[in-house]
Amino acid sequence: MTHASLLGQITDYANRANPYPLYEELRKTPVLHEEGGPYVISSYWDIKNLLHDPRISSDAANLAAAGDDELSEPEQTGLPPSFIRLDPPEHDRLRRIANSSFGPPHRPTRIDSMRGELGQIVTGLIDGFGDTRQIDLVDQFAYPFPVTVICRLLGVPREDEPRFRAWVDPIVAGLDPDTRTGADSVFKQTAQDARMQLGMYLAGLVEERTKEPREDMLSDLVTSHGPDGAMTTMEVLATSVLLLIAGHETTVNLITNGMLTLLRHPEYLHRLREDPGLSVRIVEELLRYEPPVQLVPQRTCIADITVRGVTIPKGSRIWLVLAAGNRDPERFEDPDRFDPDRGDIQHLGLGSGIHSCFGAPLARLEAQIALSELARRLDNPRLVEDPPPYRQNAVLRGPRHLNIAFDGLH
Amino acid sequence: MVADYVDWLRREGRIVIVGASLAGLRAAETLRAEGFAGELTLIGDEPYEPYDRPPLSKGVLLGKASPHHTELPHRREIDAKWRLGVAATGLDLTAKRVRLADGDEVAYDRLLIATGVRARPWPKETEARLDGVFLLRTRDDAAGLYQRLKAGPRRVFIIGAGFAGSEVASACREMGLQVTVAERAGAPLVGALGGVVGAVAADLQTENGVDLRTRVTVTALEGDPVGRVRAVHLSDESVVEADVVVVSLGSQRNTEWLTGSGLGAGPRGIACDAGCRAFDFRGIVTDDVFVAGDVARSPHALFGYQFLSLEHWGNAVAQAEIAAHNMISPSSERRPHLWVPAFWSSMFGVNIKSVGVPPMGEELMITQGSLAERRFVGVYGFQGRVIAAVSFDSTRWLEFYQREIERGAPFPVEYLTVDRRPEGRKPVPADFPDPSLPTHGPTVTLSGYSPTERQLVFTPAH
Repeated sequence: MTHASLLGQITDYANRANPYPLYEELRKTPVLHEEGGPYVISSYWDIKNLLHDPRISSDAANLAAAGDDELSEPEQTGLPPSFIRLDPPEHDRLRRIANSSFGPPHRPTRIDSMRGELGQIVTGLIDGFGDTRQIDLVDQFAYPFPVTVICRLLGVPREDEPRFRAWVDPIVAGLDPDTRTGADSVFKQTAQDARMQLGMYLAGLVEERTKEPREDMLSDLVTSHGPDGAMTTMEVLATSVLLLIAGHETTVNLITNGMLTLLRHPEYLHRLREDPGLSVRIVEELLRYEPPVQLVPQRTCIADITVRGVTIPKGSRIWLVLAAGNRDPERFEDPDRFDPDRGDIQHLGLGSGIHSCFGAPLARLEAQIALSELARRLDNPRLVEDPPPYRQNAVLRGPRHLNIAFDGLH
Repeated sequence: MVADYVDWLRREGRIVIVGASLAGLRAAETLRAEGFAGELTLIGDEPYEPYDRPPLSKGVLLGKASPHHTELPHRREIDAKWRLGVAATGLDLTAKRVRLADGDEVAYDRLLIATGVRARPWPKETEARLDGVFLLRTRDDAAGLYQRLKAGPRRVFIIGAGFAGSEVASACREMGLQVTVAERAGAPLVGALGGVVGAVAADLQTENGVDLRTRVTVTALEGDPVGRVRAVHLSDESVVEADVVVVSLGSQRNTEWLTGSGLGAGPRGIACDAGCRAFDFRGIVTDDVFVAGDVARSPHALFGYQFLSLEHWGNAVAQAEIAAHNMISPSSERRPHLWVPAFWSSMFGVNIKSVGVPPMGEELMITQGSLAERRFVGVYGFQGRVIAAVSFDSTRWLEFYQREIERGAPFPVEYLTVDRRPEGRKPVPADFPDPSLPTHGPTVTLSGYSPTERQLVFTPAH
């Protein structure tokens, strides 16, 4: 098997259901570099190290300079890059302002205080299954749940979901390396337009909140005047686009991958039913075993870096394959085993370093509540098809549908 | 034979740990976790179960945590005999017995010494006894100080601007109290981080309303007729009225009880090898006496095999685990304690973290961020190598610099890093005070360090 075909296979949709044998192959060349392609890093410690390496840049401008126009262009449509595509100090400033309305030290209870509300949303969705004995978990639960949550948190009307979904889908597709490779200018233009239109839609809401602030993050973003000053309107819009998309796209996959994994390992589903507290360990092991973000394709290096004796020249594109590192036998005993009882569940599932997942506390809580409630309420759930059909995306990997049959609701 | 002894020890030997704080507790847990089934005794001079000290100078003073509830979480059952509230007063290496203050003696087959440090008291005893004069090391200290701060004193005077003193100043300002800090050196934290970073810490204090007095010493504490502290006299002949005085002059190692025991113990701590075995006063390593935590001083391969004494939380845990493992393992399975020094602090809303040994640094480069913004990473160089790093509100980068220290990466740092500013292009002198002058104790003590060895030798990176 040549390296070229290996990277191609990883992004190839045909292998979406189970890329892990390919990741195992990938780890045999811990720094893989194909002609004209990125440097692909797949071992746990190498990825962890590079996530903390100040010679690695997330700046969209550096990525464009490295020749990845498809990835960088959507950012150049009038909206400035969001903080996920920036380096310090801009990244730090924007993330601090965003965090001042989301987490500690300024808002330490914002997420925890949503616990009851999250439970109600989950209960409502499960009750909504009605008398049917088969559901598509994605469309009926795993998608609507985090969408409802992020809408409430940001202050986006839930009923607008069909509108913004039409913009979110092409933006997310633009993150998929396989789609981009075959992308024509029409496709690229679609992704650019979508981001602009989503920005304009949010601009309307931001304008309302400027006049009349409410108890939501959009209001906080426009009214924030802490030690870092205020965001410009364009920064508010770029940040809102990021939070809206990142706030649900990944969680859908975490919940769906989670239920799929539990149905494949029913002993844990059973234990979770008896002990909802186990959801904490289950979600951490899921973030290792089936991470919702499989790889980080947007980094470059701004200096020569040597990894395992291979020099990655300044200006190169770097892919960090989190999902491969999460199953690195150098780091994890029996890495291909789903084992929430592991002594030290650590993982790269939420990244690490300054770009580590902004919404991690919310995503964890959503997944914990979703999985423990599904375990508790579905009577004798089972997979209708295995593997299920997957979404196109190789980066944000997860089932497109997950059909589950069950005997009733508790 | 030796293997037989270790097997016997693991099954039915007697292990005594003197010192029932962080290192002692973690060692006890490691012994049990690794299968020690014999008799385990923990001796501690404080009457409390092991508790955590970092909160005492932070959350406890603000009333966010109770001084009586910072117990350390237990990792597992340790099935130990506790002798709390009774200090060890002597050691007989030949008879293998620890003498206690109540006259009792405890026999051991292997001994771990983890007696730590105590706060250095105000040297004038009558002044130290004035009402309102505090040390801060124990939970009783913290409880007393908290009560007094809560009552709203007119001014708090802090002697010494090391980490502990600066953290207390921060807590006082957060409570809205008037604070004066006196420091013998030119800025806070200079002993630990040097003058360049110390200047940032000085700005941080003054901008947060601290009345910071540097290059002065306290000459006297003045009491009123009923024995309450009333004023502080300084070497510049100024007098500051204050009704609470916090003496924060670093620490002293608890080794006096070992005087005459034959161990290599003294004011700098107890010398031990990298495997945590204590040296006797002749420099011969002992078989049955181990040391861990703040009281230990051991050679470190990464830092020129100098003997390091580290008053760091993480070091206490790591060294206790290694010591416990080695106590019940045959020599082929012993491990060295090669922890890279690391500590953190939090003051005036800023998180400070350091890795490596900054006081060894001759020069400093701000490789990320900016001193003026108080968000930066500073890298210390010594003889052409990266020897330490410090971060202000940039903790997430330090892992990288720790690896640079471990691999002896070249200094100056010539490669580009994100957020490198013009000020970070060239190294500047790190500006540590002459180590032969007394100041508040730095949190890393280099005991083999001689001022005459200080020289600049730069090895070009390429």
